Amino acid sequence: MNAPNQSGWRPTMTLDRRDGGGTATGNRALMLEEPLIFEIGNTHTCGVDLPEPSTRANRLGGMARESEIGLPGLSEPETIRHYTRLSRQNYAIDLGLFPLGSCTMKHNPRLNEKVARMPGFLDVHPLQPVDTVRGALEVINELAVWLIELTGMHGVAMTPKAGAHGELCGILCIRAALEARGDPREVILVPESAHGTNPATAAFAGYRVENIPATAEGRVDLEALKARLGPDVAGVMITNPNTCGLFERDMKAISDAVHAAGGLVYCDGANFNAIVGRVRPGDLGIDAMHINLHKTFSTPHGGGGPGSGPVVLSEALAPYAPLPFVTRRADGTVELIEEENAGAEHPHTFGRMCAFHGQMGMFTRALAYILSHGADGLRQASGDAVLNANYILRSCEDLLDAPFGASGPCMHEALFSDKDFAEGLSTLDLAKGMIDEGFHPMTMYFPLVVHGAMLVEPTETESKAGLDQLILALRSLAERARSGDESLKTAPHFAPRRRLDETLAARKPVLAWDGPLAPAGTPTLSEQGGS
Amino acid sequence: MTRYFTEDHEWIEVDGSTATVGITDYAQSQLGDIVFVEVPGEGASVTKGGEAAVVESVKAASDVYSPVSGIVTEGNPALEDDPALVNSAPEGDGWFFKLTIADTGELDGLMDESAYKDFVAGL
Repeated sequence: MNAPNQSGWRPTMTLDRRDGGGTATGNRALMLEEPLIFEIGNTHTCGVDLPEPSTRANRLGGMARESEIGLPGLSEPETIRHYTRLSRQNYAIDLGLFPLGSCTMKHNPRLNEKVARMPGFLDVHPLQPVDTVRGALEVINELAVWLIELTGMHGVAMTPKAGAHGELCGILCIRAALEARGDPREVILVPESAHGTNPATAAFAGYRVENIPATAEGRVDLEALKARLGPDVAGVMITNPNTCGLFERDMKAISDAVHAAGGLVYCDGANFNAIVGRVRPGDLGIDAMHINLHKTFSTPHGGGGPGSGPVVLSEALAPYAPLPFVTRRADGTVELIEEENAGAEHPHTFGRMCAFHGQMGMFTRALAYILSHGADGLRQASGDAVLNANYILRSCEDLLDAPFGASGPCMHEALFSDKDFAEGLSTLDLAKGMIDEGFHPMTMYFPLVVHGAMLVEPTETESKAGLDQLILALRSLAERARSGDESLKTAPHFAPRRRLDETLAARKPVLAWDGPLAPAGTPTLSEQGGS
Repeated sequence: MTRYFTEDHEWIEVDGSTATVGITDYAQSQLGDIVFVEVPGEGASVTKGGEAAVVESVKAASDVYSPVSGIVTEGNPALEDDPALVNSAPEGDGWFFKLTIADTGELDGLMDESAYKDFVAGL
């Protein structure tokens, strides 16, 4: 496997013989070189033996494929080994601390998985007769009741499938409410530290986005916000706690001012995990807020999903919530509200966000997390998450600049900048150094309002011993960055791959294999001795 | 020809009623390696301070604002294939778009080169 692949790039593990020797295979004990799957298999082998079909009548007409499909053929063990080897080069929350700020990579309790795999939840289909899925509807309703209770809101739309989907749901509720009162407005105000999805959501829903500045201490500038409010402002989108890791203390005053000007308040609840059991967004005057079940309530995420983003709604917005949803009757039964029966029950709905009921697998996991923690446990989890972040902030701020360190305690994430690094060293270099130290890097260059931002979120998952290991690594790397350690510029040094060319990957991405497959007669892995 | 600068780190080189717009050397150095640029097409209408182009680097995606209002006469076609031009020649071949200025009075509030240098030094 020595030919360069399509990108022109070739692994360097075999060439980098710092010990002077290297190995014949390129492997280093359990650190295994692994070619692309297209370089292992070939089109002339097949993983399974199937008889030739007796009839091969072509019913595709001119649409029939004339060339080879070009998929590599591998046996089952070869396929399993390929992906298992790749997975061993990955980093996961089950391997160690995952300090990816704003992403909330917390432990996924195995109890959640056990519950989610119960056949009554696992094997249901959204088109089953309602009478056969009463238990699943009970779960949706029970979770909805908890979310309303924890947020002090009036209703909840359970169907949105992720945070940004929830944002869109909330903003569409705001649009529907404003249009219903004959007062469509044009502008959504968004603080400059907002998640990038906030302005994208507002623009997608047809609003013009305007920024609100932050104060020097990293919070929304209330006076600037008040000055901008007017009859054209549909609402604001504010993340609380915000992306600088700070609680927006003026939230109630912000809500009151927006309401007085006839607007509505959307809160990005991505950071709700910091305040569960301590603050109820409904008490802060918030009209809509999505909850990332996959962050706050520990359902698994990363690698693109699956998420789940239910939206809690105020009394003003609840009538516009999307279909379908479940509701409990006076006689104790739960009922599904869909188009057929919405006319009488829910006439103002703006429509649907998705075909069915949302992420059922996430609902069962989130409810298992909530019920196993209980009210006191949820409150302790948010407290521990904040305590852990403050422990990191105060343990590192003498070496790593903390731009809002003087603004009081942080919430669930600690924010640092590259201000004190030596000339030529940047946040990227420190993050690459984290890989050598055995950690997934933190979130970098976000929020944009801080130069060379490093956003560290430990979550409540970590023990003090685990946090001390991270702090040891961060302090060592900070000292190297401050002293101008040249070797940090080429980190990582101990990973299977050295520093990758991210710029080339972004400018000239190779997204599909269109190179030659291994020629016929190429020995498969097992024929090579299973190396 | 006179060159002006904005606080959002765009430059504009004015030649009568037409002008060329790009981002400054300081801006490209802060963005890092640029991987994608979207420029407005011919005939697009831009407003002073309004979004006119998008620039994406390995670190972040940012809007580029038009220093003045006007009608775009040409977006730089070279940037589609070679966004790195913005890193190597931000104030030359890496220009973003040319436009016909609607009101040259809008140039009054912009900085000249020495004022911009002082502005950047204070950041």
